[in-house]
Amino acid sequence: MKAETIKALQDARTQRRAVTLATRLSDAAEALVYLDKAEGPLASDAAIVTAARQAMDIGRSETVDIGGQKIFLNVYVPPARLIVVGAVHIAQSLAPMATMLDFDVTVVDPRGAWATANRFPGVKVIQDWADEAFQAMGLDASTAVVTLTHDPKLDDPALEAALKSDVFYVGALGSRRTHAKRKERLMSEAGITEEQFARIHGPIGLNIGAKSPAEIAVSILGQIVEVRARRLEALAAPKVAAA
Amino acid sequence: MSDALDVLEQVGKWKDAGKGVAIATVITTWGSSPRPVGSQLGVDDTGAMVGSVSGGCIEGAVVQEALAAIKDGKPRMLDFGVTDEQAWDVGLACGGKVQVFVEKVN
Repeated sequence: MKAETIKALQDARTQRRAVTLATRLSDAAEALVYLDKAEGPLASDAAIVTAARQAMDIGRSETVDIGGQKIFLNVYVPPARLIVVGAVHIAQSLAPMATMLDFDVTVVDPRGAWATANRFPGVKVIQDWADEAFQAMGLDASTAVVTLTHDPKLDDPALEAALKSDVFYVGALGSRRTHAKRKERLMSEAGITEEQFARIHGPIGLNIGAKSPAEIAVSILGQIVEVRARRLEALAAPKVAAA
Repeated sequence: MSDALDVLEQVGKWKDAGKGVAIATVITTWGSSPRPVGSQLGVDDTGAMVGSVSGGCIEGAVVQEALAAIKDGKPRMLDFGVTDEQAWDVGLACGGKVQVFVEKVN
């Protein structure tokens, strides 16, 4: 491994960029493969780059055989992140539970009385409008966004930004009626298409008859875990079929 | 992930300090094994270690190979195929098998 490779992997972590390090086991030649570029001596081998991106999608490191070369693909994926919009009661249950599931949790709310560190111990709290906060954080494919405020002023800009990104999960709290009104607003005012809007899980969560804030948090997290697992299964499936 | 990168961070520091350094990586596992694929052990030229590639049972052998890799610069592949009985003897009670790739940091 090259010393520069170590630096590049650390930079990728800081920037929350997924990267696969491909190493040819016969001579330790390398390539760093990102979503949008590939660098290093092995980067000119298209089959290696393709395999590295596939491993990145699935999030699984493995040794593969490519044209008679044994290549180890070491995948470095940023930890899944959950952004909770609305520092409300449900968020106080959701944040610690999500932390237990190894999510990197951030709570966003512009209202100073709600977005306080002592309401959310051990979690990042940002007192700002969601769209502003998202811009600073950068939404990516390993991020889930949940809106909990019920207030269109707060929820709508967050949903608009999430739907225009490639986050793996978007969920919005609110009844069917609220959700239907939300659809009208986002389509007429924010230019969201029917197809984009369909990505929102709303009413949010699995139907487990949840009533209390903690139960609703379980239902939301159950859904997020399910969506993530199905997505990874789907990504892995063609490969299993080919093998 | 942060785990593996913490190992690399220390390896980078050793390298910056002018030490000879090697990295061992678990590249294949069969059956139950204590550390998943991608787990890494960094070794410097004095034999100091960071991280792990097993529950502590094969590190001794890996460090020897890492020191050799630091000297000659050649990568090596190590197979640890342990029977249940041997596994018990070396403290790897699960009887897993691991393949470890060792390379020098240049």
